Amino acid sequence: MTKEITMPQLGESVTEGTITQWLVKPGDNVKKYDPIAEVDTDKVNAEVPSSYTGTIEELVASEHTTVQVGDLIAYIKAEGESSAADEQPQNEGGQQEQEPAKQAEPSMKKRYSPAVLALAQEHNIDLEAITGTGRGGRITRKDVEKVMAADEKPAAASEPAPQTEPTPVQEAGSSEEVIPVTGARKAIAANLSKSMQEIPHAWTMVEVDVTDIVRYREQVKETFQEQEGIPLTFMPFFMQAVTAGLRKYPQLNASWRGDHIIRKKEINLSMAIATEETLYVPVLANADEKNMRGMARGLHALAEKTRQGALTSDDMRGGTFTLNNTGSFGSVQSMPIINPPQAAILSVESIVKRPVVKGDDMIAIRHMVNLCLSLDHRVLDGLICGRFLAYVKEQLENFDRGTFEI
Amino acid sequence: MATSNFISAVTQALKEEMERDDGVFVLGEDVGAKGGVFRATEGLYEQFGELRVLDTPLAESAIAGVGIGAAMYGLRPVAEMQFADFMLPAVNQIISEAAKIRYRSNNDWDVPITVRAPYGGGIHGALYHSQSLEALFASTPGLKVVIPSTPYDVKGLLKAAIRDPDPVLFFEHKKAYRLIKGEVPEEDYTVPIGTADVKREGEDVTVMTYGLCVHFALEAAEKLEAEGISTHVLDLRTVYPLDHAAVVEAARHTGKILLVTEDNKEGSVLNEAAATIAENCLFDLDAPVERLAAPDVPAMPYASPLEKHYMMNTEKVEKAIRELAEF
Repeated sequence: MTKEITMPQLGESVTEGTITQWLVKPGDNVKKYDPIAEVDTDKVNAEVPSSYTGTIEELVASEHTTVQVGDLIAYIKAEGESSAADEQPQNEGGQQEQEPAKQAEPSMKKRYSPAVLALAQEHNIDLEAITGTGRGGRITRKDVEKVMAADEKPAAASEPAPQTEPTPVQEAGSSEEVIPVTGARKAIAANLSKSMQEIPHAWTMVEVDVTDIVRYREQVKETFQEQEGIPLTFMPFFMQAVTAGLRKYPQLNASWRGDHIIRKKEINLSMAIATEETLYVPVLANADEKNMRGMARGLHALAEKTRQGALTSDDMRGGTFTLNNTGSFGSVQSMPIINPPQAAILSVESIVKRPVVKGDDMIAIRHMVNLCLSLDHRVLDGLICGRFLAYVKEQLENFDRGTFEI
Repeated sequence: MATSNFISAVTQALKEEMERDDGVFVLGEDVGAKGGVFRATEGLYEQFGELRVLDTPLAESAIAGVGIGAAMYGLRPVAEMQFADFMLPAVNQIISEAAKIRYRSNNDWDVPITVRAPYGGGIHGALYHSQSLEALFASTPGLKVVIPSTPYDVKGLLKAAIRDPDPVLFFEHKKAYRLIKGEVPEEDYTVPIGTADVKREGEDVTVMTYGLCVHFALEAAEKLEAEGISTHVLDLRTVYPLDHAAVVEAARHTGKILLVTEDNKEGSVLNEAAATIAENCLFDLDAPVERLAAPDVPAMPYASPLEKHYMMNTEKVEKAIRELAEF
């Protein structure tokens, strides 16, 4: 069957080309894509490929003539059945350009709809482990609901893990137990690795004498429990002092953004609260607007919600500085990892009785606590952090009932 | 239970209400001896006489105005507009008077009028016999706009409209009149105005629509069931004020919503549904809220191929549902 070969589109804006040399003559056998002519355009010098396998019948355009894109340049007797592709020889050039575009339909794998995100968060589902059935591999709400129906956690479901991730199950020997990493654990791992890799951490610590606070709490805690229905812990005292410190030194209430630093006007304390399995950092918003009772209530509510697994995404949002109660498990010193994108984190260690040298070289038994601060050295320097810690220490040591009014 | 077509359900409701309440009367062009151009009032003139089945001049403003006056006087008029297209001269009466009198008189006066009007196209009616006018009235508090889809709903909703203490616009799709059949109980019943109705339960895509389009949605749903696509169909029934709670519930049900109307896309009553979903259902949505509607051109064309292109149909709805299901 005789077919036409036309001048292909050799570039987006190319409208014509000059045939500098024919590489074939009538009677030659060519294969599809074999070069048949050399063409010179104002943009490129190129070879015209044959659109078919077959025998050249006639060269219509002579050498050194300029031909418009799409114009006939030769006839070829094509071999075999005419296929669908053969029906559109004049599109050959264009088609080659279009095809990759068609194939590269954007992946929708990580385009999560609000419904999918909400469900995944509420049910602690790892979206990375789900194979989407929607367009472009998108994970649909139904896909998530199926996983929820099969099991609360996809890792435990029978679905194969994506190949990009090694499956620890296969590597584990009989003397080892495989704990699948999902949901919150995975998020913690990713966040903290990123924090350690990206943030130049610096660390500093102060010792604080909280004897007065210990005594004061002793006096008021029963009344407080009766009136408020919740226990009075030490944490609200530290929250109060740290909030005062952040108000005085807002440099710590900040965030590194590459070419600039964002200083936050709100003071929202992220409170590290551990459960048996994992660690959450729900947020006590607008801490600077709260008194001691507000702090205690807010913290208690967050702790209850954490224990009941009832934290919502709203509870986790907007933290500007993290407080970590490492003292609750007996630690006396720690180097906390910053909770990005925040600029600093403070650990409150155990309150312990220690002999300390006071005033006129006297030794006294005092309630002492270490406050450990990790800081993003891109945002902060030691001087300002030292001043911040000194201020917090001063608030706590020079105990003033006004500051800590219950 | 007797099977009845759409228009017989209209007649049945009118007849029963006129028998039940002497204050109910109908008025409109050719509604008397002729029984209406679509035969909606057939037999009423013979049964109830010329004092309760009034032939009026070709003056829609007067039909509405007389009806409003009679309603304020204590009667229950059912005014027929021969085609919704010709309601425009009566719009001032309806929007500025009927809708506002209760408010304006601090509850001293009310206007329990029902205005019936055939609407919609697909019957080769061209520019002036094909229009959908519901959006025109759907921002006027004081009015209720009802558009039923099945004979059962026609009877129940028309009775509810006649008994409603305030003005109700009752749009009937003229193509549905003899096309749509269904069971209609012979006994007296009403369907509450302001409530949408789930016409089909499904899990993949929610279609919200009203009037004749409900049937396109149901037919499309039936076809798609064979492909494994399950469609939830919410019949809005009252397009103003909208049953927001039902809209939200149906939207949450699947998270993929298709809104279908025969009216032009921009400014249609569906936009209220879309806005309600946007306000309430962000975290339930699994796909963009889609609208399927007529193109924004001034009218239903006369030429058959163009009318077919413009008009809603089962294939269009089916395609749109499939695309959402696959999203």
